[in-house]
Amino acid sequence: MPDEMKSTATDKVTARIPAVYTNALTGFFEAATSGSLFTIRFFKEIVKPRYEFSEFLKQSYLIGYKSFPLVAITGFIMGLVLTIQSRPTLVQFGAESWLPAMVAISIIREIGPVITALIFAGKVGSGIGAELASMKVTEQIDAMEVSGNNPYKYLVVTRVMAATLMLPVLVTIADAIALYGAYVGVNLQGNVSFHLFFLQVFEKLEFLDVFPALIKTFFFGFSVGIIGCYKGYNATKGTEGVGESANSAVVFASLAVFIIDMVAVQITSLFI
Amino acid sequence: MDTNVITIEHLKKSFGKNQVLKDINLNIVKGENLVVCGKSGSGKSVLIKCLVGLIEPDGGKVVLLGKDIDGLDSTALNELRKKVGFLFQSAALYDSMNVRENLSFPLRDLKSKSPEDIEALVVEALANVGLEDVAEKMPSELSGGQRKRIGLARTLILKPEIILYDEPTTGLDPITSKEISQLILDIQKKYNTTSIIITHDVECMRITSNRMIIIKDGVSVAEGTFDELSASDDEWVRSFFQ
Ligand SMILES: Nc1ncnc2c1ncn2[C@@H]1O[C@H](COP(=O)(O)OP(=O)(O)OP(=O)(O)O)[C@@H](O)[C@H]1O
Ligand SMILES: [Mg+2]
Repeated sequence: MPDEMKSTATDKVTARIPAVYTNALTGFFEAATSGSLFTIRFFKEIVKPRYEFSEFLKQSYLIGYKSFPLVAITGFIMGLVLTIQSRPTLVQFGAESWLPAMVAISIIREIGPVITALIFAGKVGSGIGAELASMKVTEQIDAMEVSGNNPYKYLVVTRVMAATLMLPVLVTIADAIALYGAYVGVNLQGNVSFHLFFLQVFEKLEFLDVFPALIKTFFFGFSVGIIGCYKGYNATKGTEGVGESANSAVVFASLAVFIIDMVAVQITSLFI
Repeated sequence: MDTNVITIEHLKKSFGKNQVLKDINLNIVKGENLVVCGKSGSGKSVLIKCLVGLIEPDGGKVVLLGKDIDGLDSTALNELRKKVGFLFQSAALYDSMNVRENLSFPLRDLKSKSPEDIEALVVEALANVGLEDVAEKMPSELSGGQRKRIGLARTLILKPEIILYDEPTTGLDPITSKEISQLILDIQKKYNTTSIIITHDVECMRITSNRMIIIKDGVSVAEGTFDELSASDDEWVRSFFQ
């Protein structure tokens, strides 16, 4: 066959790869490119005036304050359960007195930031995704654009900033409440005074437990915000696009939290 | 001398295989009201979205107020957009803001306006569309027709030089429709604005139009005044006026 003879070796190889995979691959690279451009635009827009300060405050209130009850409850349960679960093992090794410090370190280094960020991704990421997507499909974002206002600045920059700054606050509160939960957990089967409990905790806590954990929460918050905004801002296909955007905002934001956490652990371990 | 406020040359736009606009050419002079007709899906909304850069055309040239929109950076484009009003087919009110905030949103960048000035403009805009008492309501509390009228008030509040109306009277009762059409005409007279009005409403065409075009298969197939086109020899053209 003359046609077949003309085709090169690479053509033959690509011909064997089913279209599903090549489509998925191009789709992935397209999404990666547009996602990166979207993120770069954030850093460009944030330095340019006009600063949407009142909208930023409003979003901080909505994102931070409204997530507080959920974060507080999970924080308490987190500390309580972790303490109850850890006790038998420590008792086996005769290290029961280590319980407060061990629980505190787990909470502050890892469990507090990650669980809170995941809850944040579920609540705030989906909220931002759905809100911006519905604004997109009902042409509200277009309407802002044609009125000569910059919707990226008004909608995206404010929400991403609010998420970036509010998550560390929420994590700090969640950690504190989780420690109180741990104190309650310790006292379920023992008797440690409040003072002694926190003395044991802070004796063992080091700068390298607290500081890197705090830093990574800014990145968690940023990624939840930017992914929610990206998914919402690029929603298509009418109302079903709204659900889709909210859903994939949560999925990708949660994934991002784990990936950032993994990287953060690698970096931190260089110093310990 | 007539000055062209809007110039469109060889405008093309496709979505995938769907060739929506093939070759649109238009000149609109200052103070003119141009009505655009065409079947649903013929690309009327796409045409006016290309004018303000919401949709990027595949080819051709758009010049608004002497500026080729293709060559503008975002700051210049935003400046230009402040001079152009756009009424969306769906009204596109901001769901999270009440009516007053919706109306004052386009004014927020103007440092020359004091809060009192803005309030006066809001009141005036609401009076224009006959909805003085809804300023505190949220868009979800309004009827479809009221939303449309608030959308119109928001479009007019910046007193734009060019106004693009996407079906301003659809979904309104005949009486309100007529009032809105009359309002469009009054605004043209009062401020000497230039407008493109997309409509299927014969009454609205009759009241507002200085000139009309009909779009079919991505090109303008008929052009003329309301009287000329409504008495056209072509039965298909006449069918828009029944
Ligand atoms: N963003 C888009 N992506 C893909 N296709 C689009 C998009 N916007 C419009 N189209 C297509 O372009 C065509 C023209 O749409 P347009 O909204 O301009 O119609 P219209 O003339 O305004 O109709 P109607 O009178 O119903 O409002 C339609 O076939 C539509 O499917
Ligand atoms: Mg339309």
